[in-house]
Amino acid sequence: MPQTTDLNRHSIGELQRISHKLSQQIIEITTKAGSGHPSSSLSMIDILTGLYFSGVMNYDPKRPDWPERDRFILSKGHGAPGLYVTLAEAGYFDPALLSTLRETDSPIEGHPNMRVLPGVEASTGSLGQGLSIGLGHALAARVDGRHYRVYVLIGDGESDEGQIWEATMAAAKYQVDNLTLILDYNKFQQTGPVEEVMPALTPPGDKWRAFGWYTHEIDGHDMNKVVSSLEMMKSVVNQPQIIIANTKKGKGLSPFEANDTNRLHGKALSEDQAKTAIAELDAMYAKLEGA
Amino acid sequence: MDIGKSIGLEYGAATRDAFGEALEKLGHENQNIVVVDGDVSDSTRTQAFRETFPERFFNVGIAESNLVGVASGLAASGKQALASSFAVFLLCNAYDQIRMSIAYPHLDVKLVGSHSGISLGEDGASQMAIEDLALAASLPNFTVLVPADEQAAAWATRAMFEHEGPVYLRTGRPDAPKVYSSDTRFEIGKAVRVRDGDDVTIIACGLMVAAALEAAQHLSNKGIEARVLDMHAVKPLDQIAVIKAANETGAIVTAEEHTITGGLGAAVAQVVVKEHPVPVGFVAIMDTYAESGDPNDLFKKYGLSPEHIIHEVESVIDKKA
Repeated sequence: MPQTTDLNRHSIGELQRISHKLSQQIIEITTKAGSGHPSSSLSMIDILTGLYFSGVMNYDPKRPDWPERDRFILSKGHGAPGLYVTLAEAGYFDPALLSTLRETDSPIEGHPNMRVLPGVEASTGSLGQGLSIGLGHALAARVDGRHYRVYVLIGDGESDEGQIWEATMAAAKYQVDNLTLILDYNKFQQTGPVEEVMPALTPPGDKWRAFGWYTHEIDGHDMNKVVSSLEMMKSVVNQPQIIIANTKKGKGLSPFEANDTNRLHGKALSEDQAKTAIAELDAMYAKLEGA
Repeated sequence: MDIGKSIGLEYGAATRDAFGEALEKLGHENQNIVVVDGDVSDSTRTQAFRETFPERFFNVGIAESNLVGVASGLAASGKQALASSFAVFLLCNAYDQIRMSIAYPHLDVKLVGSHSGISLGEDGASQMAIEDLALAASLPNFTVLVPADEQAAAWATRAMFEHEGPVYLRTGRPDAPKVYSSDTRFEIGKAVRVRDGDDVTIIACGLMVAAALEAAQHLSNKGIEARVLDMHAVKPLDQIAVIKAANETGAIVTAEEHTITGGLGAAVAQVVVKEHPVPVGFVAIMDTYAESGDPNDLFKKYGLSPEHIIHEVESVIDKKA
């Protein structure tokens, strides 16, 4: 059975290098487009890097419909730029397309559209729906006797949606152990901190544990932890799993972090801000290399 | 109910019963069918499928948004997924999920909404879908089917699995008067002429086909010959049949168990106005919610009785050029 796992099995150092490159691309393409959600894309980019390039996932970019492929569903569809740079890096399409983000006639749409871009597993952008879709894929594997795994990434603000909890209950009922949910726990939603907008959602681990899920909390920017936790989830039996990944919107970059009231949610950086952010990214990466 | 009884129509099973029976039968032939239920399988009649194919049946609880999303994921992984609930909860509660997770990506999901219309009767307005056709038809990529009787429901159940893409099938609770003989098969998007006539055309769907036949019989006694079309697919609408009706009979009355906004009448009117303007009358629920009560009483009170069709026919004939 063809699998590309080995092709995409990179060391932690290489993964950090990829994440650095993808972070830079996120800033570049959203700044060029003049809109989009760079901060929400950056908070999850280490997770996506770990998923797609550590060998955790089985996929074949030449055959996006391969029935045995593992699925990744980006439920927080506004993180689309982060998904696009990841899919381009994985080989699903020509990276030159990235610079057409949000332009008419481009498949690199404002939010993911599964009908126009290979590698996109679900059309998202209306929050709260991806986990249900992922559960459907996970159940289809059971019906068909297949062994693929399904990964769904949701935002913490997105968890305000009741459908997240409908799907959480149903996944526990059906004991789908081929379903791994990743919470991009960046602590902010559109108008402010999650703990102010919807205080009952914190701490999130307790909620999923109460519904019968296997839960594991990590630093979502620690590549070692990202990869090892994703691997660990494969050994959980009869339980859906959630990785609560503590992340930062804008991932330590001053143009985002200077806006601690989250004013940069859903906004692209100006060209000057982008230059600053990319210089900071380079410095952060150099530090990682030196460590 | 007593629709059609005055002209001797016999009663068969409810469309929901015929659907449930056909679904179970199809489950044997087509191993790719999976069913997702919002904990109402005994009401929607997916129960027979559940009992025969438990490994292909998922009850996700009273959670319509998730119901639709799970069906979407199953379809995206190659299953022919059917999601069923009361029409009102399915369409009205989970509309954005239907839009985003099924219509927009054009996935092969079949939605079946039962307990539609005011023929639901005693349960009252909260349980009666009277907006579902407008909601489903307004979604790009959707096919919308409204079977008239048990034969039509069995046919539609099979047809929707033969059709690739999203479908909404509307079923009802009460036993339905028989419009068709056994082994009926027709084509999605092609209206069926169930009665000939050249003075006026009544275009109906669902239970209103029998009401139209009843009205046509009484009109015949008054010397008016009404053509009756069963527009079992509200979308895609059989535009050719509508234009032909306008051209050949010069007047049209639509009849549907649905609000006057956005359903069959609106779709027919759009074609007539553009292609061949003639007087059109509408038998539908006016801009109101109904109430609890005996279905026959509700049909009279909310304007859906054969007498209302007769009145509307006489009114459009008066306006004929």
